[in-house]
Amino acid sequence: MTFWERNQLKLAPFLFLAPAIFIFLIYVIYPIFDSIWVSFHEWNGMDKDGVRGNGKPNWEFVGFKNYITLFTDDDEFYVSLFNNIRWLIFSLLAIPIGLALALFVNQKILGIRYIKSLFYFPFVINAVVIGVIFTWFYNPKYGALAYVLSFFGIDPIPFLADENLATYGIIIASFFPGIAYTMILYITGLTGVSREMIEAGRIDGASGLTMLWHVVLPQLRAATLIAIVVTLVGALRAFDLIAVMTAGGPWGSSEVLAYKMYQEALFNYRMGYGAAIATILFLIMDIYIAWFLYRLFKNESSEK
Amino acid sequence: MFPTPIQNYSLKINIGYRVILVITLVIWLLPLIAVMLTSIRTFDDVLAGNYWTFPKETAFISNYAEVFADGKMAGFFLNSLIITIPTVIGTLFLSSLAGYSLAMHRFKLNLLVFAMFIAGNFVPYQILMIPVRSISIELGMYNSHLGLIIFHIAFQTGFCTFFLRNFIKELPFELIEAARADGATEWTIYRKIIIPLTIPALAALGVLEFTFIWNDYFWALILTQGDTVKPITVGLDVLRGQWTTAWNLVSAGSVVAALPPVIMFFILQRQFIQGLTFGAVKG
Repeated sequence: MTFWERNQLKLAPFLFLAPAIFIFLIYVIYPIFDSIWVSFHEWNGMDKDGVRGNGKPNWEFVGFKNYITLFTDDDEFYVSLFNNIRWLIFSLLAIPIGLALALFVNQKILGIRYIKSLFYFPFVINAVVIGVIFTWFYNPKYGALAYVLSFFGIDPIPFLADENLATYGIIIASFFPGIAYTMILYITGLTGVSREMIEAGRIDGASGLTMLWHVVLPQLRAATLIAIVVTLVGALRAFDLIAVMTAGGPWGSSEVLAYKMYQEALFNYRMGYGAAIATILFLIMDIYIAWFLYRLFKNESSEK
Repeated sequence: MFPTPIQNYSLKINIGYRVILVITLVIWLLPLIAVMLTSIRTFDDVLAGNYWTFPKETAFISNYAEVFADGKMAGFFLNSLIITIPTVIGTLFLSSLAGYSLAMHRFKLNLLVFAMFIAGNFVPYQILMIPVRSISIELGMYNSHLGLIIFHIAFQTGFCTFFLRNFIKELPFELIEAARADGATEWTIYRKIIIPLTIPALAALGVLEFTFIWNDYFWALILTQGDTVKPITVGLDVLRGQWTTAWNLVSAGSVVAALPPVIMFFILQRQFIQGLTFGAVKG
């Protein structure tokens, strides 16, 4: 027996994992730590050993300075943070709406398969196209919204040009794929709902909303959980629609942390400052990561 | 079974339900219907502010021809394909290897490695942005298809490994034990047993990953410069600036950018939904 034949069972799992781990460590794990390291520096993105025009080095350790500036001397940071909270809260609305639509189309009639696919497919349309469509939809001069409002004699509402409304306008655009996604989850979830329990519920006199709340929803827990996790992660990741629809405007009013980070790092050449924002965003996301892993491993160990 | 089957109700309610269903669907798709109609309108029609009427003169061919006219759109479209297809293949290959290892082999750090792949998958892109950009520049892969492909493979491997590990774990372990007893190498088991049995999961992940990568905007923005490598998402954003209020062209461009995942969705809907709802029924 050769060495390989004898030790194959022990070595194979590592060899199989090696390429995935290698590439994942380089492009995902290492960058997390590197970003945190960068966040303690002032860096304009140029050669780290070089010197700026004013004699300061390109790369300089500044401790917590970036974080202190963020929290004490940057109103835009609070605007972004507050907008992230708005995204977190309001994007969850896609879940009950998706559930309602899923229940609405959950019937066996001729052609329902095609109707369902037509409800689903906005999910696969990319954010740039969704953004372009909704920018046009909201346009006070040419947009469909203004056109519909004029029917009711209402003046056009310039959603995206209004500081107070822009974020909501973008969140509504995000509903389009978001609702489609939760619908897909719930319709699949509904196929797994136990027939016996529904019938037992009917005998006990439950119907409509009581049935939904006490019998159906508990059985849809897995779908609801995935919907919440994906929607919240999506809300924290919100970037594409904002970049396409308002570029953070008007006057920075629709910025979120993700967008502000991008702006600071690539347009203002404040890499350290941008990295500090990214680190804060990462820490917020960690709450979800920890919760998700905790749940997963609880299930994993209960299966054994 | 829930809600009550519509067939249990009166004929009136049955007809009413179907009518409301169609109306809801039309309202739901209204933005997309408007875009499709506008994409075949003449510019004069657009200027006149007609959106909801069927175009008097259709300009289907001339609009779409104009979208592709300067060659940029075709380039962006091609870039998207060049980036997306190798990414999907590479990701599925690496993550099926890793998934097999994590599902069917016992070793010390197994759960830790698994947790790393899952956790990495939720990370906000911004925490990776600056270092990934620097790495790409250092490796000479900034503004190249390869740079985007390698990064996408790395990042997507997290999600796909998670998915495939769970799928492979459900396969009968006896099959693998029997093969090992027959003297099959691990590589043979992977190729001859695991892969054939994992085809449904690979197909589901394949369509899902195709859509994710095709629709990527952020990384294309971070890792490219100029028009040579840009995929269609960023490309559309660039062209939109050139076309300004020529909504007929903007609409036609949007349709082109959205089309491949949409076609794939309609053809492979079953795989798609299996991929998306993995874990949504049990749990």
